[in-house]
Amino acid sequence: MSAMVEIRSVRKSFGSHEVLRGIDLEVRTGEVTVVLGPSGSGKSTLLRTVNHLEKVDSGRITVDGRLVGYRRSGDKLYELREREVLRRRTQIGFVFQNFHLFPHLTVLENITEAPISALKRPRAEAVAAAHALLERVGLAEKAGAYPGHLSGGQQQRVAIARALALEPKLLLFDEPTSALDPELVGEVLDVIKDLARQGTTMIVVTHEIGFAREVADTVVFMDEGVVVEQGPPAEVLDRPRQERTRAFLSKVL
Amino acid sequence: MPPTPPAAPAPSPTGEAPAAPVLSKEAEPAPPRVVPVRRTGQWAAAAVVLLLLAMAVNSVVRNEAFQWGVVADYFTTPAVLRGLGLTLWLTALVMVLGFVLGTLLAVARMSANPVLKSVSWGYIWFFRSTPVLVQLLFWFNIGALYPQLGLGIPFGPEFLTVRTVNLLGPLTVALIGLTLHEAAYAAEVVRGGLLSVDRGQTEAAQSLGLGRWRRLRRIVLPQAMRAIVPPAGNMLIGTLKGTSIVSVIAVQDLLYSVQLVYHRTYQVIPLLLVATLWYALVTTVLTVGQHYVERYYGRSERDR
Repeated sequence: MSAMVEIRSVRKSFGSHEVLRGIDLEVRTGEVTVVLGPSGSGKSTLLRTVNHLEKVDSGRITVDGRLVGYRRSGDKLYELREREVLRRRTQIGFVFQNFHLFPHLTVLENITEAPISALKRPRAEAVAAAHALLERVGLAEKAGAYPGHLSGGQQQRVAIARALALEPKLLLFDEPTSALDPELVGEVLDVIKDLARQGTTMIVVTHEIGFAREVADTVVFMDEGVVVEQGPPAEVLDRPRQERTRAFLSKVL
Repeated sequence: MPPTPPAAPAPSPTGEAPAAPVLSKEAEPAPPRVVPVRRTGQWAAAAVVLLLLAMAVNSVVRNEAFQWGVVADYFTTPAVLRGLGLTLWLTALVMVLGFVLGTLLAVARMSANPVLKSVSWGYIWFFRSTPVLVQLLFWFNIGALYPQLGLGIPFGPEFLTVRTVNLLGPLTVALIGLTLHEAAYAAEVVRGGLLSVDRGQTEAAQSLGLGRWRRLRRIVLPQAMRAIVPPAGNMLIGTLKGTSIVSVIAVQDLLYSVQLVYHRTYQVIPLLLVATLWYALVTTVLTVGQHYVERYYGRSERDR
């Protein structure tokens, strides 16, 4: 199968601290990649570089065969104008740890905002699609509510519906359940599992080992800005080859 | 986590068994009534303040010099109402134009462009660090600096030339002077509001492909309004009263209108009272209005 995401020798520093130290990674179309690793390992930063929320210092990332945030000419990469970056972003859905729903808009308006203003869809069409998405994440009756009146789990499901509204080719999840009360984690993971079953290409940064085991096609273990080990969950989680992976798993399992 | 066993009661030092919790169903005594603390000091303080207030009211009502009859006579005369009208629309225009310019300044100040940033900073610094009265007098005398104003190509030929004094009457000068001053403060209020919005909101909007203007207008500004409205309300009230400063350049606002009357009749105090009462009345109306505007922008927080 073809690669949806190709990450090649990506480096990124914040000040003098190098967060990503040469990352190579491939995500195949229709597969779920789960990225594990201790805090500060650079996994969230890596995810953010995939839709250009974070710029890379060197290396390149392609999504569906196209460079993210840059245009190539010779051996140089030229940064794209914001308009171009925004257009490519509509093909990549991003789900944040803290949801980042728009608190002053209703659930329905949160979902229809991007299709209407970024994709220029007719309002009626966007509204109908939003209702269908809410149905899919089990929140059909919450269309008129404001985010502040929903539980964390419900908010995250709305955020997933909002990302899906652009019909992205790729979905990125940045610790989607880390800000949730334990009893609300399941409902969000169920929605993500459902998407996985339908063949959505996803990269999920998470601490949920059980989820990784159940859903991931590939598990990637990162530490200190490098990919330490990657492979099918049965290999990486049950028979890790690297000492650092073993040490991490023994702490979280 | 396994349930922890309840801690065993510590043996009492005398060796007796600790008293068992009372489980018997004997006649329970009525629950004790709570008697609040006597607040003697508060009562005394209130009494003293009320007494002082009564003395003050008495002195105002009994003092003939206030001439309440004259106040009533002039309260709704056409001259006073015209002055009030001018004060009101001058306030409204200064407020609207000041906030439009202030928003642009705030956005410039927060942009990545170093030139825009510094110019905005310099503008705010300049207009906040000189008294508005001085600025107003400067604008009033602008003809001395630039006797003629022209329209044309920069450093090139001019198509249209006007004498500054003819173009800028006192009212225009008042409007320009107050607006430029207002904008400097409005910029800081708007900037504070924009900063109060979580950075994640912008990132979420970016990740959804929303353009720069759309992000500002649809996502960030509406949320910033909750932090902008209370200080903007203060500014509106301040501006309403602050417009009285234009009386020094002979603009016939509320204050200047009553001054015109008392220069003729020498009834200074009652006519100042007319102005005072009108200012207080309008401020009260604005305060009530502000309450409703705040409620509107806080609507998503309220229970539905």
